Amino acid sequence: MSGIRLEQVTVSVPTQDGERRILHETSLELTERRVALVGPNGSGKSTLARLLNGLVPATTGRVVVDGLDVAHEGREVRRRVGFVFTDPAAQLVMPTAREDVALSLRRTHRDKTERLVAADRVLADFGLAGFGDRSVHGLSGGEGQLLALAGVLATGPSILVADEPTTLLDLGNSRRIGDLLLGLEQQLVVVTHDLDLAERCDRVLLVRDGRVERDGSPADVVGHYRATA
Amino acid sequence: MSAQLLGLHQPGTTWLHRLPAGAKLLGLMAASLVVVLVHGPASAVVFVLVAAGLVVWSGARLGFTLRAMRWLLLTAAILGAWTVWQNGWPRAVEVVGDLVALILLATTLTVTTPVDEVMDAVARGLRPLRRVGVDPEAVALAFSLMLRAIPTTIGLAEESRDAAVARGLERSPRARLIPFVVRVVARAHDTGDALHARGIGDD
Repeated sequence: MSGIRLEQVTVSVPTQDGERRILHETSLELTERRVALVGPNGSGKSTLARLLNGLVPATTGRVVVDGLDVAHEGREVRRRVGFVFTDPAAQLVMPTAREDVALSLRRTHRDKTERLVAADRVLADFGLAGFGDRSVHGLSGGEGQLLALAGVLATGPSILVADEPTTLLDLGNSRRIGDLLLGLEQQLVVVTHDLDLAERCDRVLLVRDGRVERDGSPADVVGHYRATA
Repeated sequence: MSAQLLGLHQPGTTWLHRLPAGAKLLGLMAASLVVVLVHGPASAVVFVLVAAGLVVWSGARLGFTLRAMRWLLLTAAILGAWTVWQNGWPRAVEVVGDLVALILLATTLTVTTPVDEVMDAVARGLRPLRRVGVDPEAVALAFSLMLRAIPTTIGLAEESRDAAVARGLERSPRARLIPFVVRVVARAHDTGDALHARGIGDD
């Protein structure tokens, strides 16, 4: 039952002339611990990733996560699937780092004191000890992404989907976040333009023009992408 | 950078910091009612002085706080100029004084109270309304998002202004306003997605 399954999924958006298909019929089963989605801008990778926790609904077909249908059991799916966005600024919704992590913990820690202590513990686990009172506005790109990741993982998901989590980061922070993601015990699905990161995953999918063009080992798929980009 | 500090809690040990969030919220509501209901330029000046005194008493870093408020103060100044033109000095002093007093009172609350405590107080206060279909947690979250949106929106306005200046369009209101509105809507959409992805609002 564990893992991610897409059954004949398509995604279309309405246009003036009718509709435009942004993901053609796709069937997949993702059971590997670390999966990368690579491909050109606008190819449909993010759409594919957003299907996994219901941020984008399938126009036709079915998305199943850990045996749960995303369309009908969205709440349960979102508890299992954490999502990290490209820009942490959009994801950090509370004024300070501690409050942002504490927001994620409201469901599991009803008592406020316990919640704040737990939030500080999460911050420390992510190397952000002492950042509790810092404004989320004042964090660097790497710190912000780390905090966004901490806020998502604090909810205890079994799967983490990350949509270009290193795109806005410098080389050092990009490596740091990449190492952290690849070392997680959760199943990871990462959309990325960082081919070094993709090569360290267990399976890579190349998405082009709304289709999974190639699916296989990192060496094969990344090699093909480098040769045809 | 200025926008970062607006609406941001600054830890401290003053009496205002120790006062429960619910009491401060009720106090803010009551004070706001008084400010709005009592008319006249003299009372407006008194309100500003009292509110400024509270900000000082809260231990807020004054330089930072004033810099953070500069766009709001600029808006108040524009409003004041308009009111002088339309209704004369006494009315302008009253309108601008009331507005600045309300901003300072709200700043005192945010400086001395973590948003988490404000959310809890709002949720507690609204709990009796659960019977008529109100979700106290959702209202409390909306309240905190509103506080968070103030510095974010100011930051987006600064970005839009900088982008217009970089293109030599600093005198074009259109080049500032349209990208600003687009940015605000996009950010609201992204924030909605982020909340949705974190399962906030599902409970």
